[in-house]
Amino acid sequence: MMNKINNKKTSLYLNILLIVIFAAVITLLDTNVIGDAYVRRILNLSAIYAIVSVSMNLVNGFTGLFSLGQAGFMAIGAYSVAIFTVPLAERAKIFYITPQNPVLAQIELPFVAALLLGGFLAALVAIMIGVPVLRLKSDYLAIATLGFSEIIRIVFTNIKSITNGALGIKNIPTMPTMWVFFGIAIISIGFMRLLITSSYGRAFKAIREDEVAAEAMGINLFKHKVMSFSIGAFFAGIGGGLLATLFATVDPNQFYFPVTYNFLLIIVLGGMGSISGTIIASFVVTAGLEILRFFDEPLTLFGISIPLFRPGLRMVIFSILLMLLVLFFRNGLLGQKELSWKLIIDLLSGKLPRKKTGEGGGVQ
Amino acid sequence: MSILKIDNVTMKFGGVTAVNNLNIEIQEGRIEALIGPNGAGKTTAFNVITGVYMPTQGSVYYKGEKITGLTPDKITKKGIARTFQNIRLFKNLTVFENILIANHLRLNSNFLSGTLRLPWYSKEERQMREKSEMLLDKLDLLRLKNEIAHSLPYGEQRKLEIARALATDADLLLLDEPAAGMNPSETMELSEFIHTIRDEFKLTIFMIEHHMDLVMEISEKIYVLDFGQLIAQGTADEVKNDQRVIEAYLGVEEDA
Repeated sequence: MMNKINNKKTSLYLNILLIVIFAAVITLLDTNVIGDAYVRRILNLSAIYAIVSVSMNLVNGFTGLFSLGQAGFMAIGAYSVAIFTVPLAERAKIFYITPQNPVLAQIELPFVAALLLGGFLAALVAIMIGVPVLRLKSDYLAIATLGFSEIIRIVFTNIKSITNGALGIKNIPTMPTMWVFFGIAIISIGFMRLLITSSYGRAFKAIREDEVAAEAMGINLFKHKVMSFSIGAFFAGIGGGLLATLFATVDPNQFYFPVTYNFLLIIVLGGMGSISGTIIASFVVTAGLEILRFFDEPLTLFGISIPLFRPGLRMVIFSILLMLLVLFFRNGLLGQKELSWKLIIDLLSGKLPRKKTGEGGGVQ
Repeated sequence: MSILKIDNVTMKFGGVTAVNNLNIEIQEGRIEALIGPNGAGKTTAFNVITGVYMPTQGSVYYKGEKITGLTPDKITKKGIARTFQNIRLFKNLTVFENILIANHLRLNSNFLSGTLRLPWYSKEERQMREKSEMLLDKLDLLRLKNEIAHSLPYGEQRKLEIARALATDADLLLLDEPAAGMNPSETMELSEFIHTIRDEFKLTIFMIEHHMDLVMEISEKIYVLDFGQLIAQGTADEVKNDQRVIEAYLGVEEDA
């Protein structure tokens, strides 16, 4: 009993310490004391990837729906921010071939409003496609959502008076501080974590474990699937909106369907059904993809140019890593567990329990 | 009063008639059983009652209300809960989570109040947890509260599945072969368990079973199904001595 209280206190102190270090690092990066624009950009991108990956894990890892539509929902969020936050004065310059829709050309929204609008539009579209598509199972659902994501991209390429077509939208106002990305990431992931640990989250997990049994326990499958799918889409939209302001530009090709595979890799690596695993994997994969860029440039060692080092090798290495992962590390970093101080301490002291003990089983 | 009425139900799969003109009335507060050789249509009958299948013809009434055409989750909400022939627990979740999930159908708060832990949701969640702990305690499962469901011994898994069905606040419990795979002593224990929960939770129990000793011992009325037809019904003794039942189980004697 004593031990348990101490553990709780230790965890609390360690958590506070972690938050302080986190806040300090972000502030130092923000004020340019450490790092540079490149590092900041990668970290911001990682935060965005974390939001989108957790949103995808909510649908795939926690509800057990194999959905590959994330890129499409991101595009909706990104375009919402792009269309509504570019200053009115610059609109004509951007839409120089096809003029912008006269109604939209007069609307400018603050960033947060455009971001939320993007999220809600993505959720709305998710409900619309979810109603027919969520009756499908596993592979069929994956194909349907993948198809949807491509349709969105093609539609956005063609409705030129709204999206400026293949030219994309430039001059999207950027954010002065990393806190925008990290703050929104913390709120979004916190929200999804609270959802997952609520009764609704338990219902999602029940559907993942056994649909027939879940339905026999009175869970309305369709309602809960649509709920999970549209909340996942909402946060993918938020992630897309942040991406637009980070890059200051959007065009349809940013949301080409292989983008979704990055998130799939992240959730498989981090663990389907683990939020903390997903967050860690988001940072590792995003930074890793940058580090692997080294393979895309010609390399000369001692005057001999090494063959194969050319644009594209990065993706080959990346794919090999993915295959190794699937072969040897199927449950990912954390499986369905969450990272906790207890887990770390147990891991460090080499006494990882194979089986969870009935802690406090008889005590009320 | 009859709690469940199966009225002239026929279920066809293509050319195969799995259940043919079935008429059953289950009396409230009793333990009744459906028996029959393999492939007689027993589980099909359960699936028709619980809304998994839509019968080709006929209807099912629960407490006088027609439930045919409702989805399984709506039927469970009305008060019919079931277990499965092959245990279908939420395997990777804990015993406690399994029970909590069965409480979800009575939750009134929407997902937003749930996520934001608004007071009315928190109150419901607290009640849910208390109720689940009480249920586990009553069924002597509380000691296994934090165990992962699939790590339990077989007998406990069966028991947990029944507990989970009870957690939905059901009045009518459908048990699909609860003693499957159990040895005689486990079966005896189960028989006691079924009696206890019937009395404690004021249930009506309708079960499919192959273990004749269990069926004969606890059922107040037995229905015998063969090739989708109801061939006999009555008390254990009546059914045991029925010529058609003996033929269905042992085969017809053929003159050489």
